[in-house]
Amino acid sequence: MAEAHPVGFQWVMEAKRRGATVIHVDPRFTRTSAVADLHVPFRAGADIAFLGGLIHYVLDNELDFREYVTTFTNAAEIVGEDFADADATGIFSGYDPETGRYDPISWQMEGGGYEAPAAGMRDHWEPELREHHAAHASDTAGGAGEQAHAPADPPRDDTLQHPRCVYQVLKRHYARYTPEAVASVCGMSTEQFLEVARAITRNSGRDRTTAWVYSVGWTHHTVGAQYIRAAAILQTLLGNMGRPGGGILALRGHASIQGSTDIPTLYDLLPGYIPMPNAHLHEDLRSFLDADAAKTGFWGHMDAYLVSLLKAWWGDAATPENDFAFGYLPRLTGNHGTYGIVRDQIDKKTFGYFLVGENPAIGHANGKMQRLGLANLEWLVVRDMQMIESASFWKDGPEIETGELRTEDIGTEVFFLPCANHTEKSGTFTNTQRLLQWRREAVHPPGDARSELHFYFHLGKRIREKLAGSTDERDRPLLDLTWDYPTFGVHAEPDPESVLAEINGFDADGDHLSSYTQMKADGSTSAGCWIYTGVFKDGVNQADRRTPGSEQDWVAAEWGWAWPANRRTLYNRASADADGRPWSERKAYVWWDAEQGSWTGHDVPDFEATKPPSYRPPEGAHAEDALSGTDAFIMQADGKAWLYAPTGLADGPMPTHYEPVESPVANLLHDQQDNPAREDIDRAWNRLNPAMSETYPYVFLTYRLTEHHTAGGMSRFLGYLSELQPEFFCEVSPALARERGLEHLGWATLISARTAIEARVVVTERMKPLRIGDHVVHQIGLPYHWGSNGLSQGDPANDLLGVVMDPNVHIQESKVATCDIQPGRRPRGPALLEFVESYRRKAGVEPGGIT
Amino acid sequence: MGARTWLGEWPIFRQATGPDPLGRGAAVQSPRTQALGPRTADADEVVKSVCPYCAVGCGQNIYVRDGRVTQIEGDPDSPVSRGRLCPKGSASTSLVTSPTRVTTVRYRRPYATEWEDLDLDTAVDMIADRVIDARRRGWQDTDDDGRVLRRTLGFSSLGGATLDNEENYLIKKLFMALGAIQVENQARI
Repeated sequence: MAEAHPVGFQWVMEAKRRGATVIHVDPRFTRTSAVADLHVPFRAGADIAFLGGLIHYVLDNELDFREYVTTFTNAAEIVGEDFADADATGIFSGYDPETGRYDPISWQMEGGGYEAPAAGMRDHWEPELREHHAAHASDTAGGAGEQAHAPADPPRDDTLQHPRCVYQVLKRHYARYTPEAVASVCGMSTEQFLEVARAITRNSGRDRTTAWVYSVGWTHHTVGAQYIRAAAILQTLLGNMGRPGGGILALRGHASIQGSTDIPTLYDLLPGYIPMPNAHLHEDLRSFLDADAAKTGFWGHMDAYLVSLLKAWWGDAATPENDFAFGYLPRLTGNHGTYGIVRDQIDKKTFGYFLVGENPAIGHANGKMQRLGLANLEWLVVRDMQMIESASFWKDGPEIETGELRTEDIGTEVFFLPCANHTEKSGTFTNTQRLLQWRREAVHPPGDARSELHFYFHLGKRIREKLAGSTDERDRPLLDLTWDYPTFGVHAEPDPESVLAEINGFDADGDHLSSYTQMKADGSTSAGCWIYTGVFKDGVNQADRRTPGSEQDWVAAEWGWAWPANRRTLYNRASADADGRPWSERKAYVWWDAEQGSWTGHDVPDFEATKPPSYRPPEGAHAEDALSGTDAFIMQADGKAWLYAPTGLADGPMPTHYEPVESPVANLLHDQQDNPAREDIDRAWNRLNPAMSETYPYVFLTYRLTEHHTAGGMSRFLGYLSELQPEFFCEVSPALARERGLEHLGWATLISARTAIEARVVVTERMKPLRIGDHVVHQIGLPYHWGSNGLSQGDPANDLLGVVMDPNVHIQESKVATCDIQPGRRPRGPALLEFVESYRRKAGVEPGGIT
Repeated sequence: MGARTWLGEWPIFRQATGPDPLGRGAAVQSPRTQALGPRTADADEVVKSVCPYCAVGCGQNIYVRDGRVTQIEGDPDSPVSRGRLCPKGSASTSLVTSPTRVTTVRYRRPYATEWEDLDLDTAVDMIADRVIDARRRGWQDTDDDGRVLRRTLGFSSLGGATLDNEENYLIKKLFMALGAIQVENQARI
């Protein structure tokens, strides 16, 4: 955090000054470790073992915050008899080895009611679920049917003793994750592990809270979603969710990566985390909602959120008679994530590509695959400030040097369009804490540079003009689109506040909505992203509020605007006990004021303001009315934090330790070596190193430097930053340097089944060899910012990586892989290809490269 | 100029008699250095902004003179950052004033070995034609089982995490209307 989010780290130091203990668990010793109370060296890819060990420690010693757990979680609920745990094998019930996929039916709670998860795999198993529920319900004509989403009320055992209650199921699942076992998997001593376990349990409860902070070190894995689940289970057991100083905090890496997830330029989502409709499931709006929306909790209003979105996009053309133009939305049939798109580019199944402020030739795993995709396009539009490698690959890419590709053979037509920078346009970024902050335009963009708002608005206008008068049914969504924003200035720049106002939404009278609770499913309201509704409350751009921090309390609610409803801590109802009293005076945050009959506190309550703690839902209640006054997790169908997740995940209801696909060691906790549900791309340009390979014996991990940014487009081209970190390097321990004859500041070549790259050597005690079982594991650190362009140049670390993915989110395993390292520079030209092939031969890997 | 005045302006005299005995400040300033001021002092305007690098969201003050950015400083009012910027945020003046920044359209024909110039309006028009063509060729009304797809796989988009919410919104909205499902960004990596 001190390296990649240094200004945010000031608050960690502030907490430390007030007595907080700071623990850094990381394979590398960094600036964070330097000021932490404890640094625990750690093997990349072993986090579920580590977190599972902590869960084991909490359950084994009954250190959970019992009152919190029984009030706010599903710990007491009984799991169905059909569920079989992963146990020693590492495989849960429901796995099909033929397809490599799970059927989650056997994971359900007793009583059989399927609960739509609040996120994740919402329609993944639709055919199976339909079949399953056909046995239970007569009305299964559309989607999973009403019955499937009836509020499930599984039997409970509040003593937590029933052998199939979630608490006991969880305890058995993690029984093998003993301190000794997980310390061995992670490469730490049992004492180090116990020191962490004691510190976090001591610091959780009524009067104390512990926070976990992570970044892509937890998500870039074939089990990334389960890493986060493991942390969620731990934090929920310890009562650290929805409370001040608690939580699981994702440190995201781009100025508005949170915003681009909320308003998703992502294939599987619509704005506000509404899932994209799936072709083979959803014939109409009703069946889509039946299949994907919970009937209880705040997702019970997905109809209002979705209809308001459709009204924002298609205005008067969205009517009750035509399902509010729901049929205008394109349908998914599977994974269309970024790596699948690139595979389709290589196969010439897709022809054009827009790259907007992203440099995949350097920043994505398997750079060769990325560049091969670019080289097989018909046309490419790059919008950036500098001449990045993804725009110039046809001229100076590594494959040109090796002769794998020839400039004269590359048919890609490239348009490089310069873009405006952050000072040259107004608009909002959403930061890592869900805070929208408005930037004001300071100067005009130079030359041909334009904002993306300008480019896409005018491109859309141009396309609509060209297709005007078309009678083709497929052009209706385009021609009926609301696409009429006011413009200003010589370049006819669209007014960004008008776009933000559309996102916020309007009521039937054309007034700005102030809350998503005002939305209706009858078409009388419109809003482009329901969770952002309120950002234009009272017609005021709330994201542009700038009351100085020094004039506000510690919550600072009048700076910018946080979604939803300007709440700064989510699920903060859990900061008070069942009766609505703060867990302790020290940790008071939001509480029930019986006299006023409302929730109050330091933050906006994340709960209906006047629903008393004593509220119990009547039979057949809908949406939030079906949640009781103690159901703090209001987006969940049952209002509970799920320690056990019967639906929503593609690879099991509880996190399980699997080794990375390219691991130097065997799985010491389960027979199954790696994630059995992971996604592969088996192609010559994406060969994988075998696990436990003697040819590729070392682990490497990629990371960022303080002085550079992602793929380098905003840092390698700047003088100061290039001077501060002028060269690509690898970090190795003195022991590894001795083993391979590497010299400090000399050159090293790193080799994987994909390619070989060269880097300057930094020999440092900060990298520690770890003992895993009877095996010594060496880890190599690689910053990934470099490429062939800019003021500071070097080989791209991501070229060393292959692509193998998490089945939930289709994110690649790029935080841990294997390689060899040898002293000296890499071969040049075609000799490089033969060099890499010789390693593949030695390792028994099929021939690779561009075929 | 009298001898007393001359003596009084002599640095060694000022150092020995003034408040700067170590000679590291006022005692050693020449009239020229005394006349120097920070770029921030003579700005026409200070505009409130947010750092474009990571997702912490540090406040920035943009100093503008004669329509150009002259300096970017941390915004002390921000409760997020309290005026601090990291090395990248501190370097953002050089990001926005970079001499290697490309400010005109560059165009590479298929199989060409060099860039060419192209008029922006022509470029946008050519792109619109290519989108329409790729959309048509990649169009799928239904799948093999007759289920409605109403989509195109003809083209795709990557990027969004460095852009504004309003920009992401227009991209998603336009692509959905075009039937183009392949929209992705940095959040997937």
